[in-house]
Amino acid sequence: MASVADFAQAQQPVYHMERPAKTGLVDWLTTVDHKKIGILYGTAGLIYLLIGGLEALLFRLQLMKPDQNLFVGDTYNGLVTMHATTMVFLAVMPLIAAFSNYFVPLLIGARDVAFPRLNAFSWYTFLFGSLILNASILFAEFPAAGWTGYAPLTSRGAHPGMAIDFWWAGLTLLAVSSMVAGVNFVVTILNLRAPGMTLMRVPVLAWMMLVIQFLLAFSFPPVAVGLILLAFDRSFGTVFYQVNMGGDPQLWQHLFWLFGHPEVYVLILPSMGIVSEILPVFSRRPLFGQHAVIFSGIFIGFVGFGVWGHHMFTAGMGPIADAVFAATTAVIAIPTGVKIFNWLGTLWGGKLTFPVPMMFAISFIPMFTIGGLSGVMHANAPLDLQQHDSYFVVAHFHYVLVGGALQGLFAGLYFYFPKITGRMMSETLGKVHFWLFLIGSNLTFWPMHDLGNRGMPRRIYTYPADAGWNDDNYIATIGVFFMTAGILALVYNLLTSLKNGKVAGRDPWDANTLEWITESPPRVHNFDFTPVVFSERPLFDHKHTEGLEIPVPSQPEQIHMPSYSWKPLWVSTGALMVVLGLLMFTVVPFIWLLSLAGGVVIIGSVYAWVSEPV
Amino acid sequence: MSAELAHADDVALSHDAGHESDHDHGHPATVENNFLGLPNIKLAMWAFLGSECMFFGSLIGTYFFYHGKSLAGPLPQDVFSIGITSISTFLLLMSSLTMALAVDAMKLGNKNSARNFLLVTALLGATFVGFQVYEFSHFVHMGLGLSTSLFSSTFYVMTGFHGGHVTIGVIWLTMLALLIHQGKLNTQRLPVSVEVAGLYWHFVDIVWIVIFTFVYLLEFIQ
Repeated sequence: MASVADFAQAQQPVYHMERPAKTGLVDWLTTVDHKKIGILYGTAGLIYLLIGGLEALLFRLQLMKPDQNLFVGDTYNGLVTMHATTMVFLAVMPLIAAFSNYFVPLLIGARDVAFPRLNAFSWYTFLFGSLILNASILFAEFPAAGWTGYAPLTSRGAHPGMAIDFWWAGLTLLAVSSMVAGVNFVVTILNLRAPGMTLMRVPVLAWMMLVIQFLLAFSFPPVAVGLILLAFDRSFGTVFYQVNMGGDPQLWQHLFWLFGHPEVYVLILPSMGIVSEILPVFSRRPLFGQHAVIFSGIFIGFVGFGVWGHHMFTAGMGPIADAVFAATTAVIAIPTGVKIFNWLGTLWGGKLTFPVPMMFAISFIPMFTIGGLSGVMHANAPLDLQQHDSYFVVAHFHYVLVGGALQGLFAGLYFYFPKITGRMMSETLGKVHFWLFLIGSNLTFWPMHDLGNRGMPRRIYTYPADAGWNDDNYIATIGVFFMTAGILALVYNLLTSLKNGKVAGRDPWDANTLEWITESPPRVHNFDFTPVVFSERPLFDHKHTEGLEIPVPSQPEQIHMPSYSWKPLWVSTGALMVVLGLLMFTVVPFIWLLSLAGGVVIIGSVYAWVSEPV
Repeated sequence: MSAELAHADDVALSHDAGHESDHDHGHPATVENNFLGLPNIKLAMWAFLGSECMFFGSLIGTYFFYHGKSLAGPLPQDVFSIGITSISTFLLLMSSLTMALAVDAMKLGNKNSARNFLLVTALLGATFVGFQVYEFSHFVHMGLGLSTSLFSSTFYVMTGFHGGHVTIGVIWLTMLALLIHQGKLNTQRLPVSVEVAGLYWHFVDIVWIVIFTFVYLLEFIQ
């Protein structure tokens, strides 16, 4: 019987680079290696996860008891706004980008992404955007209009300071980064698949990544337009959101949610993909109904563009729009249900083992289902009118995003850490993390259903003692302490396992897909030879099916790998200069010269980029 | 950006080497090659243009969302001059013709002629932008400032972003012509480089056809 050790016996390939790679810090600044960029995204995402969590801890302390004065007014609003913005754009999205960067090429048997330098450009643009988004703290000011930034709350009149300017500028850079990454990965997944890997043999995680790349590429432009209009209003005096000039606040809501709802699926589909990879491995069964899982993911992606109005039932769109959005929202529950039953079907009759990734993957199912069920309730427009802007909604999307998206990413982190670092994470600490986090998130978010039903609105910084909300709020804050402790266990586990973890080897979980035939961590060129694929479980076949082994060539391959480049950093710096000039337009005279210089930097570096041999 | 295509495809190409002779021991006979048939850079351009459709769709949608809701004049009928805009539209449409000729010339391997057609295309594009600058300053002169009304804000930002795209296209085509002239790009991939620039250019043209039809012409249908 063949084994994964076969791949260690392959001839070392000869690979060619135009310029030898740099070392040390310069290597990390100039790298175009998808694995290193993935690690950069992941590190940034984890750091922002801590920052966003700290912000949540602070405002939960304020809400722990009635009539408190720790953080009031715009300080509280700023904490809530930055918590949500940070968690969505700077924590979960880069963690997803980390998985797509590191694992999409490995999953499909490729050596890198289609456009490695463009990938580095996406990373730097993300980094600069995230820094700008947080830069307003230097001026002792937070953007405080909520993460949804509803007009006219974001107007000069309502927020005269610089904070909203930093907010739109940061988000615009993040939008550019995501759109570029979306295009890059669409091409990567469609064009760089290993020989034999037909579309239906592409692993479900890579499939879900493909769906979200389309969502990123097509859903970010509307919000980019919304942000550009906001920027013009604030810097150049246009009147898009000026109600006294006839402007309609619904314009922003449409542009924002036309992005915002597909974005919800951007956040959840990768976790569904991760869970779909992990459950079969630890159930020792193939994924039940693989094609149904893939097609339901595609269906969710499509219909996701037609449901945004359910965020706006109270805005007065009219009965026809309300009815259509109610129907599409209800429809999207069907493919979601298909996935849930497929996961249950995978577990059914399997030989289950429960290492930490499996624990997170299994708890993903009920936690996400709770969030999904409270979500489909909002398809009912009359009911939604009651729940809108109440804590019930907060409970719903935290079950989906924390119990769902984040737990899925944790599952992926424990599952793939051995591949990324070559070492296993501590199972004991992982279990501590799991239980603390699971208990904590339920303690925090379950009572919020009740708070919502008792009428507690979102985004209030305090409440009177006789409102009947005291106990639920107290429990919710206690839950945050549990989650914080869980996250600290994770951080400690990550840092110690990096050095002291058990050596993992190529295939520590006895898994099914191509990434596990590489060394841990994989070398620059990923695969010593191009793998040939005969089914949706190439490694499983190799190990267990006579006649379907992945052929190991006796001759070494000639491989060309892309060289390091400074150009992506230059182009991103130019984009940063453009945005900085625009956001300070009204306060610093002649600052537009900075934007102009940025434009010149971009054109110059693009010219250098295209002339550079790779 | 024509750039990426010149070199980055190497990553994909590295796949093809090596395994041909090795899967002959009893495996299912067919090993599908999954290359979609479109070069990476061309597929990327199509995906990017899809993204651009959403971008201009949002801008044009905003224009119509606010159409007829301005509280102050001048209104579109007061300022639009179909005559002048028709001339600039005609020039832009002709630039699509010269772009197509550049793509054809490159496919036939005629570098000089491709370079010249690219430059003519860029010149026509620059003339279009010049007309737009004139149009904007003329409108401002007629009392239509950026902050005058919903019409002025939506009109300037929408057509301004289109003009910005044309400007980027002009810079791109000029750069491409320069690179062809210097012989800096991989000859084998030059036809695709020019074709991808052409895709972008035609797209920007089509957006203008939509804007000219729906924003300018429809204004005068009674």
